[in-house]
Amino acid sequence: MSSLQTRQGSLKIVDAARVAARGALFVTEARLRAMVKWLWLIISIAIANPVLYLISIGLGLGSYIDQNTGAMGVDGVSYLTFLAPALLATAAIQGAMDESVYPTLEGFKWNKTFFSMNATPLSGNQIAMGVFYNSLIRTIFTAVLYWLVMLTFGVLDSPRAWFAIFTAIMAGAAFGALMQALAGFLENENVFFTIVERFIIMPLFLFSGTFYPLTNMPIFLQWIGWISPLWHATELGRWLTYGSEISTPMLFLHFIFLNSILIIGLIASRRIFTKRLGK
Amino acid sequence: MSKSLIHARGLTKKFGDFTAVNGIDFDVIKGESFGLLGPNGAGKSTAMRMIGATSQRTSGDLTILDKDPDKFGPQIRAHLGVVPQQDNLDTQLSVVENLYIYGRYFGLSRKFLKGKIEELLSFAQLEEKRNAKVESLSGGMKRRLTIARALVSEPEILMLDEPTTGLDPQARHILWDRLFRLKEDGVTLLITTHFMDEAEQLCDRLVVMDKGAIMAEGSPAQLIKDYSMKEVLELRFGSERNAHMADDLRQLCDRIEELPDRILMYTEDGEELLERVYKKGFHPKTSLVRRSSLEDVFLRLTGRTLID
Repeated sequence: MSSLQTRQGSLKIVDAARVAARGALFVTEARLRAMVKWLWLIISIAIANPVLYLISIGLGLGSYIDQNTGAMGVDGVSYLTFLAPALLATAAIQGAMDESVYPTLEGFKWNKTFFSMNATPLSGNQIAMGVFYNSLIRTIFTAVLYWLVMLTFGVLDSPRAWFAIFTAIMAGAAFGALMQALAGFLENENVFFTIVERFIIMPLFLFSGTFYPLTNMPIFLQWIGWISPLWHATELGRWLTYGSEISTPMLFLHFIFLNSILIIGLIASRRIFTKRLGK
Repeated sequence: MSKSLIHARGLTKKFGDFTAVNGIDFDVIKGESFGLLGPNGAGKSTAMRMIGATSQRTSGDLTILDKDPDKFGPQIRAHLGVVPQQDNLDTQLSVVENLYIYGRYFGLSRKFLKGKIEELLSFAQLEEKRNAKVESLSGGMKRRLTIARALVSEPEILMLDEPTTGLDPQARHILWDRLFRLKEDGVTLLITTHFMDEAEQLCDRLVVMDKGAIMAEGSPAQLIKDYSMKEVLELRFGSERNAHMADDLRQLCDRIEELPDRILMYTEDGEELLERVYKKGFHPKTSLVRRSSLEDVFLRLTGRTLID
């Protein structure tokens, strides 16, 4: 039943400059603590996802395609080599979204934890960045595990296959930052789940040249791929892993596009978080 | 540094056309317990968010610890402990983890927090719940944890927004006791409440707010003295007859308030007035003599009761 006798006072013990410099990392630390509680689930998803894809698409669809087109029949390589960068990027994006959309909805709406963070020296910018860093950690974790599973399955025949990890992470980071901003912007989370997920995210996955080259699409549908971080990351990944044919300007375009989405997503997240917390 | 920790002049907050806080003036002195009393929607929480340096004011002057919150938000928040109306604890984490991460948000070291958390668990009587998930705690426990969390940084000013709303009487008394101790330790308290008993118990000085404006300011005793009489006689004649009786009773005292369920008569001596009521041949169903409270002050100032 103690009184707080050791009290020195915040003027002595709190260093606002330290929080100004490292605040985002404190947010990440807290998010990681919550994430660790779900670690078994995160690991299960990260492993089950590639295992299921590789069995169903790799063994099923892949061998069917390779039988019909020859072992080097898709873009000059086996179907799984063609597919690997796209699958990796897709998984990375899913990991990034789990760790950016849900914490954002929770922080603003479900538990309002962002408001308690903002009552401390932490700023809206730092909270936004802390959530992003955590999502980036999850993205990297997911991409690396996915890649290791592919390695185990022996589907990575290119010696440069591991480069796809980087393009997958770029896709996850860009998409995660953008969706974090959107989740912060939409005050009604149902809009996110019913409209954004079904009519924006789903088509982006289906029309991003994931399972076949984007050029197989009629031209009036190809624009969906052009605005999708997944397509840009996949194209970069294919060039890096097996040297698919691609012009230098296009390489730059893919690179610049992904980084632009990342930067736009982060700037928007920071602004939206700061504005919504300051209402 | 002036003695005034919080200084507000003409403090105003508008949301579009709606004025939530309308030009309020007040000062909070170091070590005192200052209250904002008013009904729901009076603008108390909005005022708290401006003082808490999270919501920008529309106009007026505001300094907290001699700093302008629009320019030095994080530097001010470093010295505030905030207990919001809603316990926004991290429900995914345990009791101890909630205290720990909150301390980290203030940049406190792991070593410092280790000792501090033990002290706070004891203060909040949550030692046995240290590893429990927040979800499993009762309302009173969550409230105590939220207060303990706000104390992790040893704040200069502790801000409590409706600290006991939704708690049962026993939990309220435990909380009041904890807040008394903090006051004894020299912590400056800023409290909003719509419970007049809470304001009387906890506040050295308070302002009565209604519709975004301050109606009166002073100590609870002074406000009662200035805006009410010593005692109140409450009479009930049944809802049908109350309105009818009020007119007849007016001859017996200077001030009468007519509420839907009862009539309040203000006087220096309640028992004596009650005798006169009976002598005049009135027969209320029930009668009660009590001391005047802040509720009566509010009724006098606004013509309405605190809890609608």
